[in-house]
Amino acid sequence: MASTEEILAGLAEIVNAETGLDVADVQMDKSFTEDLDIDSISMMTIVVEAEDKFEVKIPDEEVKNLKTVGDAVNFIAAAQA
Amino acid sequence: MTAQLLTPTPNAYSAILGTGSFRPDVVVTNDDVCQWIDSSDEWIRQRTGIITRHRADANTSVLDMAQGAAQAALEDAGISAAQLDTVIVATVTFPHATPSAAAALADLLGATPAPAYDISAACAGYCYAIAQADALVRSGLAQHVLVVGVEKLSDYIDNSERTISFLLGDGAGAVIVGASSVPGISPSVWGSDGSKWNAISMTHSQLELRDSLLGANELLESAVDEPLEELANPWPTLRQDGQTVFRWAVWEMAKMARQALAEAGLQASDLAAFIPHQANMRIIDELAKQLKLPETVLIARDIAENGNTSAASIPMAMDRMRREHPELSGKFALQIGFGAGLVFGAQVVLLP
Repeated sequence: MASTEEILAGLAEIVNAETGLDVADVQMDKSFTEDLDIDSISMMTIVVEAEDKFEVKIPDEEVKNLKTVGDAVNFIAAAQA
Repeated sequence: MTAQLLTPTPNAYSAILGTGSFRPDVVVTNDDVCQWIDSSDEWIRQRTGIITRHRADANTSVLDMAQGAAQAALEDAGISAAQLDTVIVATVTFPHATPSAAAALADLLGATPAPAYDISAACAGYCYAIAQADALVRSGLAQHVLVVGVEKLSDYIDNSERTISFLLGDGAGAVIVGASSVPGISPSVWGSDGSKWNAISMTHSQLELRDSLLGANELLESAVDEPLEELANPWPTLRQDGQTVFRWAVWEMAKMARQALAEAGLQASDLAAFIPHQANMRIIDELAKQLKLPETVLIARDIAENGNTSAASIPMAMDRMRREHPELSGKFALQIGFGAGLVFGAQVVLLP
């Protein structure tokens, strides 16, 4: 099980690979759509990559609740617990 | 001695013998689309890879397009309509629940009395039909099967909605499947997942349309989630849950495509072409990435000019690819269709 910091770092790498955004821009309080300008299709790619990396399931209906990077990190942490 | 039944004499193998397509005349640009939804050419290109779609005018019907594609395929295969002994039309936009488009098409072509029927498998319809045509020919029940994928999706869209309408185009693609001395169609990998029945669907049913027209408002109100006053347009049109569909179309379909390759006994490096359903360029790109296709594999990207034409998209893309790349003749293409149902079908085919 990974720490919050480790999940954030891992997620930032996935976001970087999908969008080219700097890993340093991927912070807990950032909104995926408004701050990071990530569209719904890229979001799905990030979700699937995160499922593989962190060995968790993120159901489709849960994705719409993941508004910020922090939401995603916390969901993954809880799913790993 | 007890009488024994005769059964058809099987053919060893089947193959696609010829292809044809029909592209309707009306070109709809992204700027046209932006008159109907708040968007931009750049946004649409970036999200979908679509630059234009072709749509049929009011005087061009599903049957007109099917006939155009079918005649081109017959000519390409070098056979006459009279030699057809099965006609299968894959479509979800023929505006009659019955009789079928296929029966009318067979008659228009001069293929009567060939058995003729439609199948409803949306964007997987063409691959479903290929599965059937392959089985019919190898069993010996048929010698020449016409398979047509045809859609006039523009009759079932709402230009003002944002989930799917702006992706869609009209058109027809056709192939002839017949007996072959070499294996030309691999085992079909096909299936469904009705638990996602609503992921791509119509806004409401024909019965709800009827009740709305009859003014039976209480019936309509009880049958749909939306309040009646929001049903400004009672004509049923398409909707999709794009994120759910994207996820399924890439990661689940990559598994099915790999299974189709495995059942064909091939590696990705044995392919000359990849012809997926032209759903969205982002899906095509991500599928190609997941499948780790070598750079030598040509990837069909007909969607850029033609939009998403559901059951017609694979045979239209295949026909175009063969004309632009005649060197593909005699080489292997992986085709995979997936869509509303949800349903999917995939095969490796030897290109004629």
